[in-house]
Amino acid sequence: MVELNVLIIFMIIGALIAIEVKHLLSSVIAVGAVGLGLSLAFLDLKAPDVAIVQLVVEILSVIYLIRATLKRDLPYTTEKGLFLQSLVGLIFIAIFLIFAVQCLYELPAFGHPIMRVAKTYLEDGLAKTGAANIVAAIILDFRGYDTLGEATILFTAVVGVLAIVREIGRKKEMTHPNSSQEGKEKGEVNE
Amino acid sequence: MIPYLLCLILFCEGLYCVLRKRNLIKIIIGVMIMDYAVNLFFVLIAYKMNGRAPILSPDTTIMNMVDPLPHALVLTSIVIGLATTALFIAIAIRIYQKYGTYDITKIKELKG
Amino acid sequence: MSKERDKGMSLIVKTITRLTVGLIFLYGAYIVAHGHLSPGGGFAGGVIISLSFVHLMLAYGKEEAFKKLSQAGASLFENLGAIIFLTIALIGFIGGYFFLNLISKGTPFRLYSSGIIPLCNIAICLKVGAGLFAIFIALVLLKFDVEKKK
Repeated sequence: MVELNVLIIFMIIGALIAIEVKHLLSSVIAVGAVGLGLSLAFLDLKAPDVAIVQLVVEILSVIYLIRATLKRDLPYTTEKGLFLQSLVGLIFIAIFLIFAVQCLYELPAFGHPIMRVAKTYLEDGLAKTGAANIVAAIILDFRGYDTLGEATILFTAVVGVLAIVREIGRKKEMTHPNSSQEGKEKGEVNE
Repeated sequence: MIPYLLCLILFCEGLYCVLRKRNLIKIIIGVMIMDYAVNLFFVLIAYKMNGRAPILSPDTTIMNMVDPLPHALVLTSIVIGLATTALFIAIAIRIYQKYGTYDITKIKELKG
Repeated sequence: MSKERDKGMSLIVKTITRLTVGLIFLYGAYIVAHGHLSPGGGFAGGVIISLSFVHLMLAYGKEEAFKKLSQAGASLFENLGAIIFLTIALIGFIGGYFFLNLISKGTPFRLYSSGIIPLCNIAICLKVGAGLFAIFIALVLLKFDVEKKK
């Protein structure tokens, strides 16, 4: 258990660096380090499926994030908030923490989960589906409907990004002398 | 108990970043950190002491495995987090194209 | 010859990319195909395959990557994956309910086993791989000049 706590403390320090540093590219790289630490923590918690997916997804999201931050004109962020606003934010988070810690005492102890449904999945998984990987059997046979919903969400995200990136209707330059002024104006605004 | 508390502290860091930062890229980073914290919490609940990974193999008879149901939920959640992050980044690039800055106090065209 | 050297990254990066891109694609296909026997599955393999295409585009520039998989091709593969997944789910109606595992289960721990799970893995791999590459193409092609409001 010691290595698990060390990994989570590494993630907390990495997140602190990612939040406070003023240079944007450095904070993006720090978020990448937090994601790698999370993948190692999943491996320590005996979840190899989840660790592989977390690793490759985190690499891809860092690539997307670097596309948005490279070569922008201001690599340094400017913060000028009042001290009072910071204090109110911290007080709100402290109140949330107090109530959340009370709820943590209701959970079962760490390391002894109540496996009501999972017991049936583990015992009958091989006989009912024929798959050796129980997690794959769950997401594609016992709970296939959730996977259908996830495929739909990915499709919606792709359609959404393509719709945002598309340039809004450009009006062609007309050669008619009366409306050439109008055409040029619209073309300028949409460049 | 201690891993749960540390995971909660990570979530609060992400929440503080979303509330207080002025740059749009920092807000995206805060949302990503909150995603990581929630996924970690799910997998922490599923852990069984001295358990094995939930994969059967032909020459074993030990059935002391960790809980595989939250693993399935977290698998879905990670890919959904990637989809929302990609959409968020596309919107941020569009905002930069229109206003020339990522500062949220200068993006004031939407009036109530 | 000098025109080729201008686009993309330096010569060392291009050489290493030429050697490893095919292996990355093959590794992704392996993880998808053995999704019901070892950790991985459709999502991990699909993201790895899309990472191989992104690697090609980062090292060589846009034109080279478009020769391998154009925008229309990526769109086609993504829709194909979604339709195949939905068809496999609807075929279950023949037996009784949605997503029924129809095909014979075979002997456990072999590659040919466990019904519809490998086919679903392949459909999801097509969808995820082509979809994430399409998002990357969209983010790269978006021109980034600021338009000043007059």
